Amino acid sequence: MSIDTATAAKVAKLARIRVEEDALPALASEFNTILGFIEQLNEVDVEGVEPMTSVTPMRLKRREDVVTDGNQQAKVLANAPDAREGFFAVPKVVE
Amino acid sequence: MSALNTLTIAEARDKLRAKEITSLELTEACLSEIDGAGALGAFVHNTPDLAREQAQAADKRLSEGDAPDMCGIPLGIKDLFCTKGVPSQAASAILNGFKPEYESTITQNLFDAGSVMLGKLNMDEFAMGSSNETSTYGNAVNPWRRGNDDAALTPGGSSGGSASAVAADLCLAATGTDTGGSIRQPAAFVGITGIKPTYGRCSRWGVVAFASSLDQAGPMTKSVRDAAIMLETMCGHDPKDSTSADLPVPNFEAMLSGDIKGKVIGIPKEYRMEGMPEEIEQLWADGTAMLKDAGAEIRDISLPHTKYALPAYYVIAPAEASSNLARYDGVRYGHRARLDQGDGITEMYEKTRAEGFGPEVQRRVMIGTYVLSAGFYDAYYNRARRVRTLIKKDFEDVFAAGVDAILTPATPSAAFGLGEMTDADPVQMYLNDVFTVTVNLAGLPGIAVPAGLDKQGLPLGLQLIGRPWEEGDLLNTAYALETAAGFIAKPGRWW
Repeated sequence: MSIDTATAAKVAKLARIRVEEDALPALASEFNTILGFIEQLNEVDVEGVEPMTSVTPMRLKRREDVVTDGNQQAKVLANAPDAREGFFAVPKVVE
Repeated sequence: MSALNTLTIAEARDKLRAKEITSLELTEACLSEIDGAGALGAFVHNTPDLAREQAQAADKRLSEGDAPDMCGIPLGIKDLFCTKGVPSQAASAILNGFKPEYESTITQNLFDAGSVMLGKLNMDEFAMGSSNETSTYGNAVNPWRRGNDDAALTPGGSSGGSASAVAADLCLAATGTDTGGSIRQPAAFVGITGIKPTYGRCSRWGVVAFASSLDQAGPMTKSVRDAAIMLETMCGHDPKDSTSADLPVPNFEAMLSGDIKGKVIGIPKEYRMEGMPEEIEQLWADGTAMLKDAGAEIRDISLPHTKYALPAYYVIAPAEASSNLARYDGVRYGHRARLDQGDGITEMYEKTRAEGFGPEVQRRVMIGTYVLSAGFYDAYYNRARRVRTLIKKDFEDVFAAGVDAILTPATPSAAFGLGEMTDADPVQMYLNDVFTVTVNLAGLPGIAVPAGLDKQGLPLGLQLIGRPWEEGDLLNTAYALETAAGFIAKPGRWW
């Protein structure tokens, strides 16, 4: 599977990273190098092998269904690039 | 008395308790070393005021006789750890200005034990790299040089600042994190000890996430004993991390007897790589002989899926990273791009992430996006997770056959020059992790121990891999290796 510039552009879009048009060929070429390396995995017989979900056998712990914290609006917003009137502010989403 | 900053944790602890020194003296010694070591690029955010305050509090505890082992010990903290009110940006421009409102569990554990934070340490951006060259802060530099050659060498990565700082005695020890070798490779490159514990030993809460199923924190120290002491304080169950193991934490230091008689040490034939330097082969053979002389039984073993570990890693880690790093969107924290008239929310995301992420991070996020995208999920991501199951089974089989620990080289070479890999393709850089990445995929504990110098005078390390949750036994084997290797060399001071 070889990645062309159109696929590279699509991946960049999905990843929400702006890549300028003239940088796409180099990006596609890097993808191909890395994916070429990954292709080795096709040599392995994985018939009947389960994909790993947890590296150590453990059951997820459950906690009490209670409020554990809250009332920290100022702290939550403290690092926001744009916070107004107690909210995160973003460009207009709905016309 | 030698300079206080050169003490080990164990030596400092004993002197603090004996009232021969104070934590404040120890801390001042480190702070003044840090001031004179700007050329190493190790510390990127200094916290001298906090350090003095913590040192004074530690001295009070020491005088009251309530002093845990780590009390009063000055440490460097990798920039990946969120530290309350102190810049924590994973060496990324996208977290410029970010000051957490909370403390990571590990740093909280260390502070609760009375440890002192000197500042934050350089690293590869989001821990993605093997040379510390992807950092937004610029390079960290290895205190070691090739003989009289003044070319700057990498301290390794991603915990390059931690490695450089400990090797140069800027602090007594440092925290590191390891997703594919990021504690063990830099430790080997600078001649110190670094352990990645079993997945789940150390809480990941408050540690900026790279690949959540692989990330583990651990100590980077001047000796195996120090690693045992510091690891014990760092680990423990944390309800805030759902993958944190609810297991008792043993007194690791008490397990350092140095007696490894009858232990079975496996030597995996698949780690004998083509083109591996003769010196690494020799070091490995020497290490094997040392463990044998100490009474261990040496056994040739096979881990047949080893060669597939790196390609599996370069599917799984970018896949998890692409998901974890989706949170950097310019809304809640960190950098937001300046927007043009008419730009909407999508342009804000795209511009912010293009400006904030460096090239290696962008590359990995996009590879991860690709392998998780519709149509490729099964062919890449699920296949890699199946291979991961087989890699883990390789280890389970040898442990079930009675092997106690596995000895391998830590890295395929000694430290290389900064900039030397610039023109190489990304896969060449990834090969640095060839001996370490299997351990993350299998969730096992692994430790790098300095074992010798190459002919250029650079340190080389060996890696020991242990059974899950048996860090104590692994540390003891490492202690026996450390004792036999007798590595005492230090870098000549040029900075």
